[in-house]
Amino acid sequence: MAELTYREAIAAAIAQEMTRDERVVFLGEDIAGAGGVFKTTVGLLDKFGAERVRNTPISEQAILGAAMGAAMTGLRPIAEIMFSDFFAVCWDIIANEIAKVRYMTNGQITVPLVVRTANGGGSRFGAQHSQSVENWAMAVPGLKVVAPSNPADAFGLLAAAIRDPDPVIFFEHKSLYATKGEVPDDEHVDIIGTAKVLRDGTDVTILALAAMVPKALEAAERLALEDGLSAMVVDVRSLVPLDTQTILATVQKTGRLVTVEENPRLCGWGAEIASIVADECFHDLDGPIVRITTPHIPLPSADNLEDATLPNVERIVATIRARID
Amino acid sequence: MVSSSKKKHATALTSEIRANDDIGEKVRLALFRSQYEIRQLEKRAYDMFLQNMVKGTSHLAIGQEAIAAGFAVAMHADDYTYCTYRGHAHTLARGASMLGILGELMGRECGLLGGKGGSMHLTSVEHGAMGSYAIIGSHLTIAVGAAWSAKYRGTDQVAVCFFGDGTTNIGAFHEAINLAAVWKLPVVFVCENNLYMEYTPIGDVTAVEHPAADRASAYGLESIIVDGNDADAVYRVAQTAFARARGGEGPSLIEAKTYRHGGHSRADPGTYRPKEEVEAWLKRDPIPMYRQRLIDFGIVEEVIDTIQADIDNAVDQATEVAKASPAPSLDVIETDVWADGSSSWRN
Repeated sequence: MAELTYREAIAAAIAQEMTRDERVVFLGEDIAGAGGVFKTTVGLLDKFGAERVRNTPISEQAILGAAMGAAMTGLRPIAEIMFSDFFAVCWDIIANEIAKVRYMTNGQITVPLVVRTANGGGSRFGAQHSQSVENWAMAVPGLKVVAPSNPADAFGLLAAAIRDPDPVIFFEHKSLYATKGEVPDDEHVDIIGTAKVLRDGTDVTILALAAMVPKALEAAERLALEDGLSAMVVDVRSLVPLDTQTILATVQKTGRLVTVEENPRLCGWGAEIASIVADECFHDLDGPIVRITTPHIPLPSADNLEDATLPNVERIVATIRARID
Repeated sequence: MVSSSKKKHATALTSEIRANDDIGEKVRLALFRSQYEIRQLEKRAYDMFLQNMVKGTSHLAIGQEAIAAGFAVAMHADDYTYCTYRGHAHTLARGASMLGILGELMGRECGLLGGKGGSMHLTSVEHGAMGSYAIIGSHLTIAVGAAWSAKYRGTDQVAVCFFGDGTTNIGAFHEAINLAAVWKLPVVFVCENNLYMEYTPIGDVTAVEHPAADRASAYGLESIIVDGNDADAVYRVAQTAFARARGGEGPSLIEAKTYRHGGHSRADPGTYRPKEEVEAWLKRDPIPMYRQRLIDFGIVEEVIDTIQADIDNAVDQATEVAKASPAPSLDVIETDVWADGSSSWRN
């Protein structure tokens, strides 16, 4: 095991897959010589050359269209969209083209590609560079949606995404890039569509994604120490496919469900899970399902405003305390 | 022919009778056959929706056949075609079956897409017809990706991307051509300028006279205009562009001037167009013009008549088989979202 940062794990996973498979090519803005604006692609140009690691103009539609065209003709492209907010300028390619082409062509065309993007808040970037938009992608049939919370998962799930025969939207969280963790030294590939129980518990299930996962873990620790409350923490990891078996099993065990979502309130991933849980294990519930989200507003930028807007440990602890007696 | 100025363009339009030199009888017959097939199939599609047997919408290429035929005949079997919702012609020209196309328009199991795509998404990968894309602009970027892939894989494949004049005003057009030029990719962009962006004259909404050709210089490309109603001219310009692409010299942007005989889509009678304009273009109908050219080159009329009769028969047969063909099974609805054939989003 080696200790890597989340950003190093991203570069390492891309390198592992590019070494293994010549069909893997990589394109995006500033990804080559500059090593990416978040330094997630450092060293790849030197290792794999300019034919496989290609800088593009600021042309998000062309980036994703090129990835799609390459994917349907035998390559396995990875495309980087610098900030997930920019999905709004290339959403046609994602939602209308990449997501639908296999179904519309009756399976004639398959597009094995990965769209990597820096998602989420906490960096004081304001409302156009901080959004959590995983629910946008989750709403479109035909896209797999993955969002890792730690370096090992970032490595293993990205490798799995690159090998996946279907399009995967891979949400990296920009506030996690500097975090460190153990990553296996040997070839490492995780399984998309699997949630992970990170902390066992008996009183409440806390579901979290990406940057909300460390906050949920910290909140669970405080609830244990300060309230004697035993919280189970589940890292959802993959929204499509969704590991409903793991989620339902944990809710059946604890009888309580709290989701911690960075997205604005309406139509967040937690709402879909709440609906599934209410539908399929209602009688196991001992109380209402509670969703902790960002309020339904664009994100503010000042330190104190952004910190107070995004779900934080204090709010998770206080909400669970107030709602679960 | 390729022309880089209005003067040359005018010459190309008027030089209809040329020696049977570079093209030859075999190719000319192929060009005629392709144009006539498209015409007859499109007319049949129109008849079928008058009978309410074709549902949804349909965008016919009647009047524009010479472009599809000229490029398709010039292509190699493994080249890629990308087209728009006005894509019946291009899909047929690459070799997809009439039955597959009519069946898809009619929502039958025998359709090219098994009834899942419809008129606007005709695709036949086995023939290099890599899809009809119905959101303006997007498929130019996708064609760029196919060309990138061809170059990376070291093949000599070319991606050919057809689109209308209206496409030249959307961002993806510019993103795609710029990237193709920067990466010197083997892609040929073909603007089928039929003078109307849906219901609006393209000149009313475009800052330049030639919506594609006048933009070419912005990407370091030659300004090319071709008579899109002359299959020989289209064939020649295609050959030049393909040689450039296969030679590693990068993309081409070609503006082919043509005219839709009908409206934009099924719902549009096209009454906004001046009568004189329609009449002038009907006189330049590519199919009778090309038939006359074959005769002028000494091809006996019986040969041409036989080709036409065979195609008429084939269209009739395809129609009857499609009509008799079952609707798709409901079992297919939740299939083929994913590569494993399923549509499952949870365990």
